[in-house]
Amino acid sequence: MANYTDELVDFDVALEKYDPVLGFEVHVELNTKTKMFSDAPNAFGDAPNTNVTPVDLGLPGVLPTVNKTAVEYSILIGLALNCQIAEKCGFARKNYFYPDTPKNFQTSQYDDPIAHDGYLDIELEDGEVFRVEIERAHMEEDAGKLTHMGGAAGRIQGADYSLVDYNRAGVPLVEIVTKPIVGAGKRAPELARAYVAAIREIVKNLGVSDAKMERGNVRCDANVSLMPKGAEKFGTRTETKNVNSLRAVEHAVRFEIERHAAVLESGQSILQETRHWHEDTRSTTSGRPKSDADDYRYFPEPDLVPIVTTAEWIEELRARLPEPPSERRKRLKAEWGYADKEFRDVVNAGVLDEIEATIAAGASAAVARKWWMGEIARLAKAADKEIAALGVTPQTIVELDSLINAKKINDKIARQVLEYVLAGEGTPSEIVEKRSLAVVNDEGALGKAVDDAIAAMPDVVEKIKGGKLQAIGALMGPVMKATRGQADAGRVREIVMEKLGL
Amino acid sequence: MSELIHLSASELATKLHSGEVTSVQAVQAHLDRIAEVDGAINAFLHVNAEEALAVAAEVDAIRAAGGEAAQALHPLAGVPIAIKDLIVTKGQPTTAASKMLEGWMSPYDATVIEKIRAAKLPMLGKTNLDEFAMGSSTEHSAFGVTRNPWDLNRIPGGSGGGSAAAVAAFEAPLALGTDTGGSIRQPGAVTGTVGVKPTYGAVSRYGAIAMASSLDQIGPVSRTVLDSALLQELIGGHDPKDSTSLPNSLEGLVAAAVEGTAGDLTGVRVGIIKELQGEGYEPGVQARFEESLELLKSAGAEIVQVSCPNFKYALGAYYLIMPSEVSSNLAKFDGVRYGNRVLPQEGPMTIERVMGATRAAGFGDEVKRRIILGTYALSAGYYDAYYGSAQKVRTLIQRDFDAAFEAADVLISPTAPTVAFELGSKTDDPLAMYLNDVATIPANLAGVPGITVPGGLSEGLPVGIQFLAPAYEDKRLYKVGAALETLLEQRSGHSFISQAPSIDAATIGQKG
Repeated sequence: MANYTDELVDFDVALEKYDPVLGFEVHVELNTKTKMFSDAPNAFGDAPNTNVTPVDLGLPGVLPTVNKTAVEYSILIGLALNCQIAEKCGFARKNYFYPDTPKNFQTSQYDDPIAHDGYLDIELEDGEVFRVEIERAHMEEDAGKLTHMGGAAGRIQGADYSLVDYNRAGVPLVEIVTKPIVGAGKRAPELARAYVAAIREIVKNLGVSDAKMERGNVRCDANVSLMPKGAEKFGTRTETKNVNSLRAVEHAVRFEIERHAAVLESGQSILQETRHWHEDTRSTTSGRPKSDADDYRYFPEPDLVPIVTTAEWIEELRARLPEPPSERRKRLKAEWGYADKEFRDVVNAGVLDEIEATIAAGASAAVARKWWMGEIARLAKAADKEIAALGVTPQTIVELDSLINAKKINDKIARQVLEYVLAGEGTPSEIVEKRSLAVVNDEGALGKAVDDAIAAMPDVVEKIKGGKLQAIGALMGPVMKATRGQADAGRVREIVMEKLGL
Repeated sequence: MSELIHLSASELATKLHSGEVTSVQAVQAHLDRIAEVDGAINAFLHVNAEEALAVAAEVDAIRAAGGEAAQALHPLAGVPIAIKDLIVTKGQPTTAASKMLEGWMSPYDATVIEKIRAAKLPMLGKTNLDEFAMGSSTEHSAFGVTRNPWDLNRIPGGSGGGSAAAVAAFEAPLALGTDTGGSIRQPGAVTGTVGVKPTYGAVSRYGAIAMASSLDQIGPVSRTVLDSALLQELIGGHDPKDSTSLPNSLEGLVAAAVEGTAGDLTGVRVGIIKELQGEGYEPGVQARFEESLELLKSAGAEIVQVSCPNFKYALGAYYLIMPSEVSSNLAKFDGVRYGNRVLPQEGPMTIERVMGATRAAGFGDEVKRRIILGTYALSAGYYDAYYGSAQKVRTLIQRDFDAAFEAADVLISPTAPTVAFELGSKTDDPLAMYLNDVATIPANLAGVPGITVPGGLSEGLPVGIQFLAPAYEDKRLYKVGAALETLLEQRSGHSFISQAPSIDAATIGQKG
């Protein structure tokens, strides 16, 4: 086998000798109410073969009709990717026999995509911006879902039979195809991840896709080839199919670079083929040979009339475009005054919207970050949920913060109150009231608790008097215990200092 | 034999409306006729007696009750109709005359069937055709040939031989057909009936099993021009389920047919297409054609000569475009979701092999021939030379029509080059079979409407005269068609169809 090798060349070594060329085909499932060419609901997770009409099953006699919303969503994606929108475009049939494709052809676009010749500026972690040229974005329909039964790990090899669910058949897709991406060098894996992340973010921000990679809303096929450094002619590429997480995109590109280098170094040549990504071993295996001459016998779909886009329609859609995510991030970072790392952590945690809303509700940028990146993130992790899915409202944060500022509760109590809020006990104020959680401000009670602690811990007192002020912390425990945690730590500290004459 | 079966649809509708006849009587008379003669004709693949009688009884009850509901009945309510078995129907099998779909029941109705149900026309059953509408003789049906009522040894045309024969044999006053390259008009010509291919998009295709989507069109089959007009007005109109359907209904078809029966064509320019006559057309066909011209002239029509030089490429272009679309449209018949599934007799049981075995066993030779042709024509490296060139020819043919319609209001030609030929005489020669559609195919390639009306007999067999009109101008066809029909009747003193030989016990015994 020409291409078989277990060997990999170390990434850095590979990049000393070769320039990688990347290319991506990203499929985005649109979240329209109905499918691309039928009235069937476009919904995830329903009982198999329930979201189907005669059209989706490819019954004899049926005809497709175009979902206008899907066309508008496709144009929005095209505009967000700085593409030209075709004045007139049509659908074509891509003919191939496969049981997940009810008509045995996929209705797609061929030589006249709805959007073409755009670009996307990708910002890498260190702020370097890399422009990725977009060749085209075209509309098509998804296939059904096959489940292979009786074999190992759901693979078709060795299966006894396969089940097919046509709920997904006909779900609108936009396929975004890049031009070859040259010059990423050793940042290729990182760029791959950032590119797919940017596409996901854009379609989510547009509201045209649920953009959940784990559900297949965004799916990436990654093309990789290597050419000797300084060469201009691209090497033979492989296409790694269905790399469906950001981490996997990065790993798959890295793996293919290392594998290609090893094949080339051993004097063999790369076979043009599709590759399968395996998350468990973080490696790819050979799929099927693929050539540019794969014959899908495309021809214009005779059951549909061309789509004509008027300038007015496009401008109306352009006016609907939200602020691009990258520009929004730049603006928010400046407004909030976060440090680079702080802001990056916020972005990575996916809580930009939440923090923005919390600040809008009246909290300071620092307070909003403290809560969302601190206690709320901790609770989400403990509950194994997305931070946003916990259901914390900006109002809750603002209220907790004002209770702290009014010295009614301390930070520790505030965190408890948050848990009670999430348990549905009411607003923070109601909970503080109901559970009698207000901080003990009774000077007499506090003074007594401090006297007791001083009496109980003479060695600590000696240290404090000796100048080790941080030892005050050791007194805090018994005081908090005596006041059931409701003492204001700052005030306790002041009392200790007073009592010890410091 | 009940006289009811000899009435035209409009005559029957009048008697139903006046209460002289009930729909149940009319439906029963046709069911009796089917029972009597269809053993010999084999026009029907399925007879829908129970439902047809139930719908008839419903119409009779509404009419008997009177009032608004009776007033609101469609003019054709209660008039029975036969449906080409390429059009899907709930409650009756739909086979496309293919083993592939034997026993398949559609869970939905075609749009035209919804309209027929809404208008309460009792459906007598489903009529025979060439498998998936591929053929010109109905000999390619998987369920036996249909015989021509004028001569049981001859073909009834195709693909819609069943609908045409049923109407010609008085088994139904009306039928639905589909016309991709002449499948309504050529059977109409050889059975002495009227058939119309409307403007592309005038009638929804939703629920007509697609042969070649860009060419297919559903249309009426009847014994009079007026009846076809009535039926086209019923089934036509925009359908949101068919993106290629016209935005507006074509109006005034019935009025045009009525106007035509006055027999006055003063000021109408009728264009003779130079390329669709003469060589290749039987002398008897040519003679009836020329007599028709004389009749039209006598009625005041101005006869002009037009040339459509690209029509000579029409057959070639058609036999590239049609199979290309066929190869894709018929891909869905793979045994995975519906229809018959055939397992390979030996070797591994993979999905590809099950699909292969199913398609090998389920499709007949003509269907396979066209799938193979189309697959080839669309293949990489051949697409431009075949499909691409054919599409260019299509544009040239459209331009020929545009130019011709500058000079003429309607065009005229023989519908088919020959009268009905004998069963089995062309089944071994596909090209000879294809040549039958040489005069009908240009209309499909250009999307323009066409009608066939009987133009007399040659050697005792019907000859069809075809009129073609510009897109959306179907009403011109109904006017000139009705005029020629009237002129021929006036000349002969009787209706054309009354010359049809009776299909009596003796003939049936002879052929049965």
